[in-house]
Amino acid sequence: MQFFLEVLVGGLLAGVMYSMVAIGFVLIFKASGVFNFSQGAMVLLGALTYVSLVERDFSPWLALLVTLAGMVALGVAIERVVLRRLVNRSPLTLFMATLGLSFIIEGAAQAMWGAQVHGLELGVPDLPLSFSDVFISQFDLFAAATAATMVGALSLLVTRTKLGIALRAVADDPLAALSVGISLPRVWGAVWAIAGVVALVAGLLWGARTGVQFSLSLVVLKALPVLIIGGFTSVTGTIVGGLLVGAGEKLAEVYVGSLVGGGTEAWFPYVLALGFLVVRPTGLFGEAAVERV
Amino acid sequence: MSARFAAHPARFAPLLLIAALLAPLFADDYWFNAILIPFLTLALAGLGLNILTGFAGQLSLGSAAFMAVGAFAAYNFQLRVPGLPLLASVVLGGLTAAAVGIAFGLPSLRIKGFYLIVSTLAAQFFVQWALTKFAWFSNDNPSGVISAPRLLVAGHDFSGALGRYWLTLGIVTALTVAARNLLRSPTGRRFMAVRDMETAARVTGVPVLRTKLLAFAVSSFYCGVAGVLWAFCYVGTVEPHGLDLTRSFQVLFIIIIGGLGSVAGSFLGAAFFVLLPILLDHIARGLLSGSLDAGNLENAQKLLFGVLILLFLIKEPEGLARLVEVGWRRITELLRRRLPALSQVLARRTGGHTYPEIGGNREI
Repeated sequence: MQFFLEVLVGGLLAGVMYSMVAIGFVLIFKASGVFNFSQGAMVLLGALTYVSLVERDFSPWLALLVTLAGMVALGVAIERVVLRRLVNRSPLTLFMATLGLSFIIEGAAQAMWGAQVHGLELGVPDLPLSFSDVFISQFDLFAAATAATMVGALSLLVTRTKLGIALRAVADDPLAALSVGISLPRVWGAVWAIAGVVALVAGLLWGARTGVQFSLSLVVLKALPVLIIGGFTSVTGTIVGGLLVGAGEKLAEVYVGSLVGGGTEAWFPYVLALGFLVVRPTGLFGEAAVERV
Repeated sequence: MSARFAAHPARFAPLLLIAALLAPLFADDYWFNAILIPFLTLALAGLGLNILTGFAGQLSLGSAAFMAVGAFAAYNFQLRVPGLPLLASVVLGGLTAAAVGIAFGLPSLRIKGFYLIVSTLAAQFFVQWALTKFAWFSNDNPSGVISAPRLLVAGHDFSGALGRYWLTLGIVTALTVAARNLLRSPTGRRFMAVRDMETAARVTGVPVLRTKLLAFAVSSFYCGVAGVLWAFCYVGTVEPHGLDLTRSFQVLFIIIIGGLGSVAGSFLGAAFFVLLPILLDHIARGLLSGSLDAGNLENAQKLLFGVLILLFLIKEPEGLARLVEVGWRRITELLRRRLPALSQVLARRTGGHTYPEIGGNREI
């Protein structure tokens, strides 16, 4: 039982990290209908830039500030250079454009900062804490707290600020939003910038855990099933989906993986997501799209 | 009059085939092994994905998985069924891939669009995992890397570079002609109807479910056969490693840059992706005299691919196929103005009419 609980909690906390990447997706998908595959590349770029700046003797806060500015600039630039030219194109085209973007961002990040693995120290010790015989990593708790703070900040931003209200208006009905004077390009730019910031936070947490290296951009492949389970349009959904995927894949690896030789983590989330899709094609919290001819 | 000169470049396919048949006169082993065989193999995989994505509108990120299924299935049929002709195991490899394709295509009945990425990614990860995990697939070979069998067709040995080229060319040509015919048949039209508007297709009586599954089956069959050729004729070993997610992306990029929904585009895209790295390599070695190391070269290549994908999507969504078509039209137009006599000969040569095009201005 105790072992089961430890695996479960470890999985749940890993799931929080998946949710962090998925949140960036949801923001962009909601506001512009773009399925942003380059979110993983942005995670890599953010973490790599921060680490490289710190290694070049920037103070951590200054490095964070510079990286933040960089991610915001990237988001705005993507809107200007790419999205604005692809307005009214099929969702498939937009998705493929973000595939291209992810190549550019990955290539540029590694060309700029090199491809070696960097260690990242956030000053949070990775020591196990004991709660009535169940050991929980302190760092994982810190990550979960960060994620909770971020979700809180995002929901404040969305409900309390003018930008947030504009964002929700655009997500709800782009045409109506346009007609009341909301500038679509500006909202898209803002959303991409916010997604960049979210990617940076996710990148720092993941990077501190696994080292900052190319595999960070593959986190996107873990975020996909999370999105599917939670639905593409719900931040709450990504949290629930992340927890389900994290806990599910760890439990499956421990209890089922041992029967088939292990390594099930690569595909288990996808099979889980498929199972969910068959029952609920729009995810747990997603909205069904109305189709017209 | 000008329509008479709008002879489509695809009409030169027979000429290209003659060129391919004459290739052994001037090509050496390097050309066969590093350019022509991978080009044909990737073109076939691209054609497979194009049938599914470009024509039937179902996005897939699992092409390489279906290639791997085809390769391993053909290998195992060859190994475990004594006396099975090579071509039969190629077909059986394709059919196995088709069966797996249908299995992972089943969710498309219920889900669509981006949600389908998950199903095909599940195929990609699951197949790779299964092929590396279960030693039976690789005949309990400890390294997991097995050499391809000898390529004997009707008593002739096709194992040399030239032989492998003939084998690949033969299979790819036959399947390309078959695909072209299929896509011009009512079945092909149904694919496009589902792609263009599923709901409308349904209300006009297209059996959407069967059409989608058929697209998955045909596409996976093509990818499977491409996988057999990849393993048997190109790399010479059967292993899942070269057929990972990166390869799936490459196949997708081939059809984006070549032209979605265009048979010729699959070939143009494949040629582009085989030739560009070689060209870049030469540039890096020649102009920059090796100042770029392998890592930087790879980054530069990635950047360039990314930029090209964006450029094509923004400027020319119909890809190289369209560019070639437009280029050809310009040349004939110029000829018509400058050299009316010659252009008339040309027009007669290439059969001077265009036929009505359906589904946008696409030639298939």
